[in-house]
Amino acid sequence: MYRRSDELGPQMSNRLALRIAVFGGVALALFGVLFFRLWFLQVINGEKYLAEAKNNRTREFRVSSPRGKILDRNGNDIVSNRTSLALQINPEKLPEAPRQRHAELTQLAELTHSSLPRLRKTMHEQLKLAASAPVTLRRDVGDYLVYYLQENQDRFPGVTVQRVFVRRYPHGTLAAHILGNVGEVSEEQLKEARYRGLQPGDEIGQEGVEDTYDRFLRGKPGLTRIQVDALGQPTRNGQLASQPPVPGDNLKLSIDTKVQEAGEAALAARGLHGGFITMNVHTGEILGLASYPTFDPSVFTRPMTQAQVNALYRDPVAAPLTDRATSGLYPTGSTFKPITAIAALESGNLTPTEVIEDPGQFEIGGEVFKNAGEAANGSVSLVSALEVSSDVFFYNLGFRMWDTGQLQHWAHALGIGRPTGIDLPVLSSGLLPSQHWRNQLYKEGLTDRPWSAGDNIQLATGQGDLQTNPLQMAVAYAAIANGGTIVTPHVGMQVDDAAGRVLKEFTPPPRRHVHMDPAYREAILEGLHDAAQNGAGTSFAVFGNFPIPVAGKTGTAERPPYADQSWYGVLAPYPNPRIVTFVTMEEGGFGAEAAAPAARTILEAYFASRLSHEAEGSEGEAEFPEGEG
Amino acid sequence: MYATRTRRARPEPFALRPGIAERLGLPYMDAGLGFAAVALAAFGVFTLGEATKSDVPGNPGYYVDRQAIYAVLGLVGMYLLARIDYSRFRELRVGIYTFLCASVSLVFVFGFAARGSRRAFELPFFSFQPSELGKLLLVLALAGFVIDGARRGSARQRTVRYLCLGFAPAALVFLQPDLGTSLVYGAITLAVMYVGGVRWTHFAVIGAALVALVALVLVVAPAIGTPVLKEYQQQRLTSFTHPSADPSDAGYQQNQAKIAEGAGQLTGRGDRATQTRLDFVPERHTDFIFAVIGERYGFLGAAFVLSLYALLIWRALRIVTLSKNSYGTLVAGGIAAMLLFQVFVNVGMNLGIMPITGIPLPLLSYGGSSVLATLLAVGVLQSIHMQARLSQKGRFAW
Repeated sequence: MYRRSDELGPQMSNRLALRIAVFGGVALALFGVLFFRLWFLQVINGEKYLAEAKNNRTREFRVSSPRGKILDRNGNDIVSNRTSLALQINPEKLPEAPRQRHAELTQLAELTHSSLPRLRKTMHEQLKLAASAPVTLRRDVGDYLVYYLQENQDRFPGVTVQRVFVRRYPHGTLAAHILGNVGEVSEEQLKEARYRGLQPGDEIGQEGVEDTYDRFLRGKPGLTRIQVDALGQPTRNGQLASQPPVPGDNLKLSIDTKVQEAGEAALAARGLHGGFITMNVHTGEILGLASYPTFDPSVFTRPMTQAQVNALYRDPVAAPLTDRATSGLYPTGSTFKPITAIAALESGNLTPTEVIEDPGQFEIGGEVFKNAGEAANGSVSLVSALEVSSDVFFYNLGFRMWDTGQLQHWAHALGIGRPTGIDLPVLSSGLLPSQHWRNQLYKEGLTDRPWSAGDNIQLATGQGDLQTNPLQMAVAYAAIANGGTIVTPHVGMQVDDAAGRVLKEFTPPPRRHVHMDPAYREAILEGLHDAAQNGAGTSFAVFGNFPIPVAGKTGTAERPPYADQSWYGVLAPYPNPRIVTFVTMEEGGFGAEAAAPAARTILEAYFASRLSHEAEGSEGEAEFPEGEG
Repeated sequence: MYATRTRRARPEPFALRPGIAERLGLPYMDAGLGFAAVALAAFGVFTLGEATKSDVPGNPGYYVDRQAIYAVLGLVGMYLLARIDYSRFRELRVGIYTFLCASVSLVFVFGFAARGSRRAFELPFFSFQPSELGKLLLVLALAGFVIDGARRGSARQRTVRYLCLGFAPAALVFLQPDLGTSLVYGAITLAVMYVGGVRWTHFAVIGAALVALVALVLVVAPAIGTPVLKEYQQQRLTSFTHPSADPSDAGYQQNQAKIAEGAGQLTGRGDRATQTRLDFVPERHTDFIFAVIGERYGFLGAAFVLSLYALLIWRALRIVTLSKNSYGTLVAGGIAAMLLFQVFVNVGMNLGIMPITGIPLPLLSYGGSSVLATLLAVGVLQSIHMQARLSQKGRFAW
């Protein structure tokens, strides 16, 4: 001690004073450290920590939104939604111990009638796309499974059942090719601008109008932001500002369910591969469009069996996913003749009254082209040539224009072999053979001969190398019927919100106008009318007793090695057509045999109310199912 | 008390009638010290009330009511102790020391276990943690031993004796196990020895031994398979060097406390505070109460609290220099060191620069024993101050 006595007195020893001073200095330094550290954390780095704190306390959950419905032109549901229970795993909440994890996954695999490797594969694939997002194991789980899992929740940590929206097709396969399907957005699609803002696992339209009009149908998933505590549990009143899901808007198609059903039934009745289209000749609105064989779009809403995959994707002959009406590639047979006629008339190679002798065959350069059935029609003019479908008449026209390119010019102008602008995915726009095309091939050594008169003669009757489809033919016929307007065919008509208010109407402007002499047009329509409903007409057997005047043309396309393909194109009502219907059936034989009866079925459906009116003997003006503007 | 009375019997010529303040002895107390203690206790109760509103379902006042009662009891105790001449404790040193060792030992027999350690007795109304009061008892007893043994044995023997006297209760507390409080005991022992004049060379040896001990405990012992510390203790001590996002990891607590502090920024988040309201920061009413202050009241609030502690410790150090006798000097030095050590370690732990040791923040952390013990310690400081003033006055009066 500093002093013997315990009494310190007023004077402290110097040694003690030094020690107290050091003590005070240490205290000062320690407080300095604390103040500086506090300043550093709160004032200098405060922003950063505040952001971390905010991130700490909120979790975001996406709430799926229902896609818009797809309706027919009368507002009937073609595609709607149903809710489905989906089994999801949150991988972060699975037990950490490998053995427990394994046990839980094994049990889940068993419960979902899957296998552990498959379950692991599913998880791996989905986690690759979105790490730590919940993995959907199975959709459409049954109630019994949901109850079982809820009762045994403690045994299945991390497993949840989520309510999701799934497409519902009340009419089964109806309009399958138009509708397309819905599926999860792929990695490639996520990079596209139109899918910006989507997350892996979101569903988008993958084909058909689901794809074309995806931005209207899709809707916006909601975002629920929840305040959570340190254990990740939602706090009381912890609902933060959240965006409710915005349901997609409804898409109204121009499809008339009655016409569509009739067309599909007619195709299915013959069981031949083929397709049909019914379109308004003035607006391009498609009232019906189908391809056979078809498929059930609901198979895409749940995992497919191998048999289903095989049937859909691995059958090159039936190819049910291919839309033959819009993407088929066929010669058209005699249904091409009106196009040849308008080309010859407009290019001055024919007058409406010119008579050509038809001895039953046409010979050029040693090659003989015969009429179908080797009939000799005698003297024929344009109208009668169309009525009886005189090939020789059109061989002559083809020969007259064989190296002028006029036939190709007019066919091209009417839309043959080129994109139509339809709002459905089309694989190929076909081929309109021309002098330039074949000579180019010949130059490149891809064919054995250059363009010849024979090629053009073939084309004039819709044979040879021509590759087109009912859609393009319908557009061309519509142009002849409406006086030269090349309409843009479309199935999307308008977008309504959930309350039924019209948000947007689709009236795509015509692609172009072709100048056409009304007299020529009338002559051609007259010929087509006679073909359908005059005694000698090629389809008189089918349409002769049809109460409504129509103008229709048969076609029988040679497609070796297959049997002849049956075609029929019809404009109705004559003389001022409102709709065009085109039907084709592979290996259906003569046009009047397979395609024309199908076309009649379709027209009967379209004119159903007027027909029933007339059957009752009423003289009043018929009511048309489709209003005309 | 007696001294006061005798002096009161001879009124000073210019103070004809002593006022109420004079009667209470307030003019002889240190105003700054009293203000800091009362302000901290009040602020502690206030913060606790804000932070623990929804901790006990259906009873928003569970913690704050209890803490307020302890604070009031503590303030009364502080005042009473201030009026006693602390020098009496020097005579009672053996009894105090025996009581200290006995009470921290009895916990092993009668104590109840909380989170795996036996630290407290369950009494009616509240639980009593003897090791908290033991901090003050250790200061009082050890200072007495140092004064008393000043002339016995060589300097080296004395140093070893003091160390042993401090080590015994520290070891008992460590075994409860309560690492933090045993460290406070160690700090108190060293501080009393330091003020008591133990040679610098001895401190150098002790320092070297401590470094070796830490290395042995933290590195060597676990490596050879005979760990001295429990695993969670070890993790807490080392985790401030490696923050972690794993909630089960010790580094997580520290990280969350740091985020809470930082998020408070300059002016605090008030009721929008989330870190300390939604359980991200554990033990927010005890060890991490400073994080609550930092987040709710920001830099301004936290700096205000730190300033109050600085005031408290400054006044304590001043009292060290004022004491009328060496015993008072040693006691004041021990208490100052006890407060400084606890404040620095606890706040440093909240700010992520000190390991997690479970040392409460004096007067702010929830806990009756701690609040009572701290306020009683302040009362002892006031007593030293009062005796010094009275003896000076007496000297001038006589």
